[in-house]
Amino acid sequence: MTREEYVESIKAISGTDVRKCMKCGKCSGRCPAFKDMDIKPHQFVTLLGQGKIDVLLESKAIWNCLSCMACVERCPRGVAPAAVVEAVRDTVVRMQGKNGIKAEDIPPIVDELIPQQLLVSAYRKYNK
Amino acid sequence: MKICYYPGCTLKTKAKDMDVTARLCAKTLGVEMEEIENWQCCGAVYPMGTDEIATKLSAVRALDYAKHNGGKLLTLCSACHNVIKRANEDMKTNEDMRLRANNYMKLDQPYGGETEVLHYLEMLKNVVGFDTIKKAVVKPLNRKVGAYYGCLLLRPSGVMAFDNPENPTIIEDFIRAIGGTPVVYPFRNECCGAYVALKNSELPKQKSKKVLESAKEKGAEEVITACPLCLYNLQVNGGGILPVKYFTELLAEALGVQA
Repeated sequence: MTREEYVESIKAISGTDVRKCMKCGKCSGRCPAFKDMDIKPHQFVTLLGQGKIDVLLESKAIWNCLSCMACVERCPRGVAPAAVVEAVRDTVVRMQGKNGIKAEDIPPIVDELIPQQLLVSAYRKYNK
Repeated sequence: MKICYYPGCTLKTKAKDMDVTARLCAKTLGVEMEEIENWQCCGAVYPMGTDEIATKLSAVRALDYAKHNGGKLLTLCSACHNVIKRANEDMKTNEDMRLRANNYMKLDQPYGGETEVLHYLEMLKNVVGFDTIKKAVVKPLNRKVGAYYGCLLLRPSGVMAFDNPENPTIIEDFIRAIGGTPVVYPFRNECCGAYVALKNSELPKQKSKKVLESAKEKGAEEVITACPLCLYNLQVNGGGILPVKYFTELLAEALGVQA
């Protein structure tokens, strides 16, 4: 895909209209993972709108977004920053060799209490 | 009354306590939870991508089964509830999703979001009634309990329509009904750190600790949740600040139901 096609694809996968953003910053202000987001939620929306996706595709933030929907809940313009983050992450993990977790790294960190829900949800988010 | 029930993967294994106590309590309160046939794991997180169709089909299958078996689907795990309710909304309002899902599944009759998805707490409030529960209590809790809502029950509120997303009250009302004193604390609807526990455990450690510190500061003696992942993060990553239990365990205690 060309760069422009990637931009359009991410916009389509996100299903949200980034042009509606009025740059109030409420999404990032509410983000519980703010400190761990190298690119903040409001920047995801802005940068996608500008077509500057390289920095998004390389970001650490896609692995730290909690999908808690706090940004979506607080947006006064009905934009879904979390859906933009997810669309970028989907785009990355669908590329060959770009999965966020490796199966062989899992057994050492699994303890007796880990719920199946954690393994299933992490695999859904980080791997394809 | 009988109602279709979707337990989900974790309630059959690590969170058995929640499943067992919920079934016994429901029975005591006159509701029979009928586990649906051949259910499949919901995937634990709702895939937000608009082109994610196959990943939502297990939810749609469960919903279609319930449509033909009473029209209601009862959920208990917060994650299952979030996934199934949001997938149902897609089937109701998103024509592209509805078309693709139905093409794929080839049901005798297309599914269009007809089933009503009901969380166990909503069932307690709207079907049984907190007043009825109050009367059925044999051993009132008599202690201070903090309700931990987390994210999945509340957000996005436009779809979940569970309670006020910023100032929810349903679990506090539940605690009152079983004879406890609810403790309202600022972090009760903040995220625990969720699935990031597998990738970057520092984040859930900070988040979960903050939730429990907030509850303790306001006087809670224990915290209750409806989500196995929240329970895990709060217990393991939260630093053991307060005991954390499933809300159904407290219900069983108050109703005098032995699991």
